[in-house]
Amino acid sequence: MPLNMIVCCKQVLDPEAPPASFKIDLSANKVVPPPGVPPVVSPFDEQAVEAALRIKDQQGGKITVLSLGNNLLRDVVKKPLSMGADELILLEDEAFEGGDSWSIANALATAIKKIGEYDLIFCGRQAADWDAGQVGSGIAEILGIPSVTVAKKVEITDGKAKVERVIADGYQVIEITLPALITVSNELGEARYATLKGIMAAAKKQPTVWKPSDIGLEPSQIGAAGRRTKLLKLFQPVKEGKCEIVEADTPAEAASKLATRLREAKII
Amino acid sequence: MAEYKGIMVYGELVEGKLSSITTELLGCGRRLADELKEDLLCILAGDKLGDAPKQAIAYGANKVYTAEDPLLKEYQTDSYTTVLEKAVKDLSPRVLLFGQTSVGRDLAPRLAFRLGVSLSMDCIELSIDPGTKLLQQTRPVYGGNARATFASELSPQMATVRQKAMSPLAPDESRKGEIAPIKVELDTAKIRTKVLETVKEEVVGVKLEDAQAIVAGGRGIGGPDGFKQLEELAKVLKGAVGASRPPCDNKWVPDTMQIGLTGKIVTPELYIAVGLSGASQHLAGCSGAKNIIAINKDPEANIFKEARFGVVGDWKQVLPAFTEKVKELLAG
Repeated sequence: MPLNMIVCCKQVLDPEAPPASFKIDLSANKVVPPPGVPPVVSPFDEQAVEAALRIKDQQGGKITVLSLGNNLLRDVVKKPLSMGADELILLEDEAFEGGDSWSIANALATAIKKIGEYDLIFCGRQAADWDAGQVGSGIAEILGIPSVTVAKKVEITDGKAKVERVIADGYQVIEITLPALITVSNELGEARYATLKGIMAAAKKQPTVWKPSDIGLEPSQIGAAGRRTKLLKLFQPVKEGKCEIVEADTPAEAASKLATRLREAKII
Repeated sequence: MAEYKGIMVYGELVEGKLSSITTELLGCGRRLADELKEDLLCILAGDKLGDAPKQAIAYGANKVYTAEDPLLKEYQTDSYTTVLEKAVKDLSPRVLLFGQTSVGRDLAPRLAFRLGVSLSMDCIELSIDPGTKLLQQTRPVYGGNARATFASELSPQMATVRQKAMSPLAPDESRKGEIAPIKVELDTAKIRTKVLETVKEEVVGVKLEDAQAIVAGGRGIGGPDGFKQLEELAKVLKGAVGASRPPCDNKWVPDTMQIGLTGKIVTPELYIAVGLSGASQHLAGCSGAKNIIAINKDPEANIFKEARFGVVGDWKQVLPAFTEKVKELLAG
């Protein structure tokens, strides 16, 4: 049975950028994008695309990718297309900026209603910028469909999804009726690389762009205006950074000296 | 409109007893309740709660609400959200706290969206603003590179709390409190999931969460074989072996060994980081360790900013000699 799948993908600052390049504009409560480091699709969202692609490989189907933001870089947001997704819809407008989990989930859910037909919706377990971890559950609640979060494997049998959900010391196998929403964790395994053929195909595809009015939302319901959570302060924790580097002529001597220092400091 | 009062903790049970995160939430909740001069409430759900309600009182709760029903044997999003939604609407707490656990990270957002209120996940600090009386919710963001403080005027104010970020009170059996059962009305037709199987992937030996010494390896270990050397050191220290994300993603070690933002949160006395760069998302899981020791060939590695002692060098040359010397020192 071919499935209609939707994957929500967020464009974020590259979480792999060196920690030293991370800067905050304290007066604006905003992160300053590190110069020369382009944004990426949030890694868990890429794995959500991978989860959908594995199902498509098995039984066919259509994957629509949904991204929300402003000034979305086409090279970035088209990556899921180059991996094998079929369509890309962008909710792109200045008014979408500064949203919280509530306003983002609401806009995405409203867009999904407009898309209409879906069997499965995938999201990453959390976005690599705000790490809020709520949008997936939020979309499911707004749409009134069941959800499983933090999945590492998804299979479809007899019109139901069988999902392995990561728990503290192992995993649970959960059966869920469709339509359903599933959030994906890194335990799923690495997302596939884009193929050259995929990149060429993606280059030819034009994303559909929806403005807030296209999905029937008022400016007061979206972005910063639609927030339910107030951000009071964004800051970097102070690090003492006092590491005693143990040095010696050879690595083995340094190792031995380190052990002795730990003994002296009563750590071992 | 209802008056929202009291700090409510959603408690979890592990093998019939309150989980450690629940005792931590009660410790934190007690402090917030005292500041507001309000009660600390606890809500427990399950098929058999046994002595857990009494335990919650010993750990500081004034009143414990119990939802006991065979349908609550296993956590399921639909059933638990329904029970919590009704309880929260009936009891209208000012603040509602969960642990950042497998259950909390699933239940709290679903419930927050159903109630139409705000939620902050994975908080490491909570306080009451003396002026507004609002809960100030501080949590790591950007993979641990930054922290953010949030608040919301919607009630109840909801937060999940990171494990080991708060301290429990010493249990006091003489503490007085009330236990009140709440009625559970569940329609099985509305539970859209079924738990087919629970698979435990227990690691042999000391559990990471309980270990006083942890030897953790990163990308630099290079493969599953290297982890055997880490195990040897862990054995000498009577500790456990952990890993950052890359070794888990590359299947060198099981996923259950992952320490970090999306893995386990550990707070050992001694944390030896080997071939591990110290990405913020990993540090989020181990920065509570008392002493971090770093062995890394890159002197610029971020882990040295967190470490108390370090050796700059190839771990393959450093570790065997280190293990030998530690063995010798501990034997003497």
